Amino acid sequence: MSPESLTATVVAEKRAPGRTEARARAARNRRLVVLGARVLVFVALVTAWEVMARTEVIDTFNFSMPSEIWDQIVQWTLHGTPQGPLGEQIWATLYEALLGWVIGVAAGVVLGIVLGRVPFLADVFGPYIKVLNALPRIVLAPIFLIWFGLGPASKVASAVVLVFFPVFFNAFQGAREVDRNLVANARILGASHRRVTLQVVIPAATSWIFTSLHVSFGFALIGAIVGEYLGAAKGIGLLVSQSQGTFNSAGVYAAMVILAVVALLAEGLLTFAEKRLFRWKPGGPGSER
Amino acid sequence: MNHDTPPGTPPDGAPAIELRGAGKTFRTPSGAAHTAVRDLDLTVAQGEFAAVVGPTGCGKSTTLTLVSGLEEPTEGDVLVGGEAVTGIRPEVGFVFQQDAVFPWRTVLSNVMAGPRFRGVAKAEARERARDWLGRVGLAAFEDRYPHQLSGGQRKRVALAQTFVNDPAILLMDEPFSALDVQTRALMSDELLELWSASRADGRKASVVFVTHDLEEAIALADKVVVMTAGPATVKQVFPIDLPRPRKVESVRLEPEFIEIYREIWSSLGEEVRITRERGASHVA
Repeated sequence: MSPESLTATVVAEKRAPGRTEARARAARNRRLVVLGARVLVFVALVTAWEVMARTEVIDTFNFSMPSEIWDQIVQWTLHGTPQGPLGEQIWATLYEALLGWVIGVAAGVVLGIVLGRVPFLADVFGPYIKVLNALPRIVLAPIFLIWFGLGPASKVASAVVLVFFPVFFNAFQGAREVDRNLVANARILGASHRRVTLQVVIPAATSWIFTSLHVSFGFALIGAIVGEYLGAAKGIGLLVSQSQGTFNSAGVYAAMVILAVVALLAEGLLTFAEKRLFRWKPGGPGSER
Repeated sequence: MNHDTPPGTPPDGAPAIELRGAGKTFRTPSGAAHTAVRDLDLTVAQGEFAAVVGPTGCGKSTTLTLVSGLEEPTEGDVLVGGEAVTGIRPEVGFVFQQDAVFPWRTVLSNVMAGPRFRGVAKAEARERARDWLGRVGLAAFEDRYPHQLSGGQRKRVALAQTFVNDPAILLMDEPFSALDVQTRALMSDELLELWSASRADGRKASVVFVTHDLEEAIALADKVVVMTAGPATVKQVFPIDLPRPRKVESVRLEPEFIEIYREIWSSLGEEVRITRERGASHVA
């Protein structure tokens, strides 16, 4: 072997791990750059807002400014809101949204699967459900206020009607579009109609249902907030309406920030649950989203 | 269902499967009638392996769904073990063309599904499932999910899932058509092995194996049934007298095999041509 070829192989051997390392480094760097850019965008937007408000390019009466919003949040956290401690307001809204969401999801899933599995019921109730769905359901909130009063019940009801329909339609579709081979296979293997529903249709429909769960939690929050906005003793919606009543734009924005954080946390919890439930899926959960 | 005898033990001498003038007409969504099969006469003896070949889309699969009880015939009779088929019968096993294993269940749980659906206790179902997973060579994969397996392995799961119910009647709808050529030959050999030693009482299951691959049909079967272009009916039945046990890869090189192939192809090829010409005229 000549010395040249020897050095050549040595170089090649050295280069290979070097390249893998370089690629890993590049991937790490890219993640850092993306993260950095995200932070930068946030800082730039907030700074621009603050600067424009302070130099009176934009009207602080309408647009407030980040420092004021922050002060508002701090003040609510430390000294409480006009209706009581901030935690209590968040909990009130969260309680109404969660309860409405759970009821709406349960009703939507059960009815969706039942109608998906029993064509007779689907044919009978199909048109009525379409009519109800065509109605902008948020107009029901004032009716619920009359029916159920200022307490949490009216907010729960608004959340339920908002949550029910997307969940129902997804569950219905999911139950209808189950792979016919899977159903045929289960029947041949000896499964009864009930077993097919419980052990084939429901698992097959879960990914459809989960897609709607993400969207529908947002709807539940909307239902609760709108209900509170129309009339309540507690809650973030009430904070918004009272801030609006006193022309406190910082208060409205602060309530929005709080809501966004609450919604993101709930979304995170849901994604976590989904990951545990869909271990059997090839691409992992969320690959279709 | 009304059984005088336990499932899978029809009176001696009676054919395992019998179709008498069976036909199936579907309603298409537009309301038109579509005849998939007509005037089907077919008998499969107990322990016989019948392969059904025919042009693409001619209604071979419909024949299987009629025997399985998944669909009822619109004309004629379908008898299994001497009794008219009115629903899904417990002695029937069905291996589907596409993947039909449950993707949310592990391999073991998939194979346990049949016995569990039939009310077998969990421990016993697990034991039987493990036994069959061992026989198809997947003992080490029982905790995997189907998506973590190869196509051939998934098919093995499907075979174990079917065989664990100890079927007297085994219906197979192009089970290996989605596999690559080498895997297909291997699976065919394994199928023959499983079939010859499958049943608890030592008897062989009666098989109807639908395929579009004539080589596969001859290599596996005791008789090959050629169907006409759709609406399908039985055109001709060819007995295959090749000695068993067979090895799929080597049997196809035998001069006798080639002779049989030529004979059957002269019958099947005509139907394939008719189907092709029809397809062409549809396109035109």
